[in-house]
Amino acid sequence: MISKHTTDKLAKAWLWMSAILIILILLSVLGYIFVMGIGAMSVSFLLDMPKNNWREGGIFPAILGSLIVVVVAISFAGPVGVGTAVYLTEFQKEGNVSRIIRISSDALNAVPSIVFGLFGLSLFVFYLKDYTGGPSLLSAGLTLGFMVLPTIIRTSEVAMRSVPYAERMESYGLGASKLQTIRNIVLPGAVPGIATGLILSIGRAVGETAPIIFMVALNPTIPESLFGSGNTLTTQLYYLAMEGISLKVAFGTALTLMLIILILNAITRVFKKRLSRNLRRG
Amino acid sequence: MKLFDPEKGVATVLMVFSITSILILSLIMLFILDGGLPLFNKVGITDFLFGDKWIPAKGLFGASQFIIAALLVTFGSVLIAVPLGISCAIFLAEIAPLWAKRIVRPAIELLAGIPSIIYGVFALVVIVNLVKISFSLASGETILAASMVLAIMILPIIISISQDAIESVPRLYKEGSYALGATDWQTIYRVIVPAAGPGIIAGVILAMGRAIGETMAVVLVIGNVERMPTSLVSPGETLTSAILLEMGEAVVQSVHYNALFCLGIVPFVLVLVLSVLSSKLITKSKARFA
Amino acid sequence: MDSKNKIEVKNLNLWYGDKPALKDNNLSVKEKRVTALIGPSGCGKSTFVRCINRMNDLIDGVRITGSVLLDGKNIYDKDVDVVALRKMVGMVFQRPNPFPMSIFDNIAYGPRIHGIKDKDTLRKIVEESLVGAALWDEVSDRLATNALDLSGGQQQRLCIARSLAVKPEVILFDEPCSALDPIATGKIEDLIHELRKKYTIVIVTHNMQQAARVSDYTGFFLLGKLLEFGKTRDIFENPKKKETEDYITGRFG
Repeated sequence: MISKHTTDKLAKAWLWMSAILIILILLSVLGYIFVMGIGAMSVSFLLDMPKNNWREGGIFPAILGSLIVVVVAISFAGPVGVGTAVYLTEFQKEGNVSRIIRISSDALNAVPSIVFGLFGLSLFVFYLKDYTGGPSLLSAGLTLGFMVLPTIIRTSEVAMRSVPYAERMESYGLGASKLQTIRNIVLPGAVPGIATGLILSIGRAVGETAPIIFMVALNPTIPESLFGSGNTLTTQLYYLAMEGISLKVAFGTALTLMLIILILNAITRVFKKRLSRNLRRG
Repeated sequence: MKLFDPEKGVATVLMVFSITSILILSLIMLFILDGGLPLFNKVGITDFLFGDKWIPAKGLFGASQFIIAALLVTFGSVLIAVPLGISCAIFLAEIAPLWAKRIVRPAIELLAGIPSIIYGVFALVVIVNLVKISFSLASGETILAASMVLAIMILPIIISISQDAIESVPRLYKEGSYALGATDWQTIYRVIVPAAGPGIIAGVILAMGRAIGETMAVVLVIGNVERMPTSLVSPGETLTSAILLEMGEAVVQSVHYNALFCLGIVPFVLVLVLSVLSSKLITKSKARFA
Repeated sequence: MDSKNKIEVKNLNLWYGDKPALKDNNLSVKEKRVTALIGPSGCGKSTFVRCINRMNDLIDGVRITGSVLLDGKNIYDKDVDVVALRKMVGMVFQRPNPFPMSIFDNIAYGPRIHGIKDKDTLRKIVEESLVGAALWDEVSDRLATNALDLSGGQQQRLCIARSLAVKPEVILFDEPCSALDPIATGKIEDLIHELRKKYTIVIVTHNMQQAARVSDYTGFFLLGKLLEFGKTRDIFENPKKKETEDYITGRFG
């Protein structure tokens, strides 16, 4: 019979091991990408055009494409998302309308990425072909924008609700209007949280593949406009891996993507620290 | 035109913005159904759901092998991730010193932020070979490999929701247990984890939804063979990977095209149902300790 | 007739971080008697009592000096098994805290964690404990139902039964009736009167009448220090310190 003290010690050892195991998994993934991709990395890799069917050269079009697609996505989802959050917290009383909006937002968040791909395909690429240019960076950006909208709504709402009720009351008490209060008190207080949400969404948008896989091709040229087709880091990585074209360029692409995610993650961490410091002061 | 009341004007604009979510959700349902339902003019629902031959050229659209593969992959990933995830959640909630929390929590957030395609590439090179060597197979591209990579991907959800659930268990229960002479571990597995049950299950359900909907990591490592998988170490093809691979060949608005949309309806509906279940459980677990 | 000292507290100091909460306390608890601790809120009575079963160990940043002797052995010695200590010294909390389990499982919890698995033994222990806590008649037909469905007073008696199930020698009551109505309170006080035949009891209470009704000895705490201690009758009829008299006559607290 094992004494309960021994069981206690063994159990605690297992719990520690589970945490260590997870850290090891993280390090393996990051480490592998880093080790395999570092050989390809250089400034010219990032800025050059691909040559010889991606066996040599750089990945600039993909980087540019990812950038454009993310900008389009956030340009749509940012205002709409923050606006919805402002509406839900400042203008709309809790009731059926706000419940439906929230349920829709939550449901949107649950939609699988490939279903977004099908949706984007049928709406933007086919139905709205004349307005979006079919399989274009614009279509891809809008699809991603739809996808990250719930995240922006949720984080912005939390950020706005974190501004203490007392501060709003003080503003009204001094005779300010609702709009003035929102503009001068609530929004500035919510900025760290909203910014965190935006950066989180950028990270998500830049890392998604399935929603845009049907609209973005392995295009070796620089896109001429939003209405033209383009290339993104994620889709390029998928094709390179699937076709087995160049392991070196593939891992270089993966590393580039990973570095972007790590930088965004670090920025988020800084903002979160700023946010909690504000909360403690307020 | 000057707005008579700027506040009302802003409110109206913002209300339009807010309705956008409802609009988008409706559009998604509309377009997916519009793309998929025409299939059932030509093929019966039972043939689609239970048939096991998927040969577009011959007009055969039995999707059961995709459904089975998706279920196997999902359950496999849950089997791997749940024990590990709950253990880590217990670690963070109950026994981790502050310095350990400062390392593990950000690590989990990072794990959650890694793009699925990168997991796919990693799994393609590392996990697939691991499976191939361990089981002496011709190829490691199997259901098991897909389960393993999905398990890594759903760990963050399970850990963070379980941690929240465990931390919400009232201190009073813990104190009662210690006062009776229980050890830490006895208190954890006899009182705390059972009390956190609904919340933990909610996290697992949400994780299952994520696993069913995942495409990129799965498609690179599952082998993509359109047959019914015979075991965990055989290759397969899930609903999501089938859509991805065949959309390029399908003629727009053809029956094949419709069928692929129908393949998308299945995970869409499943994930929606699982999300609703999960929220209901989370609400129930929060009410328990009010 | 005075019984022997079951517990002796010597020079007990406690700090929460830098803040002192208990200052140089000395007290003896007589075996199989009821000792009450009274005093205004926040003066350290609960903290003091939680030292006796080392529940304060669970709080971060707590520092303790001095000694607490149980049957002559200092419970803060390095070789003391805290788990065994808590089996000997039970505790009933201010708010009833039955586990979210059946009545049976609540009471069987203690014996189970100490290794008792035999179903018949457990059933016997559950019945004995419920009888000892004056709850058996009310719940014997529904042992499988959830303990949270009981009334507040019943839940508290359940918690007492739960403590009895591990066969302690000392039971600590930390303001056990503060969340209960007068009728439930009365039942608990009657129970304590019965329990003192077999157990050494320490009860913290902010209700002076309760202390006067229920206890053999009383200690008065003020600002973390035990100011006066003695037979209950002496304390209430002939308090030696002015602060004690002021508190008892209701001038403060």
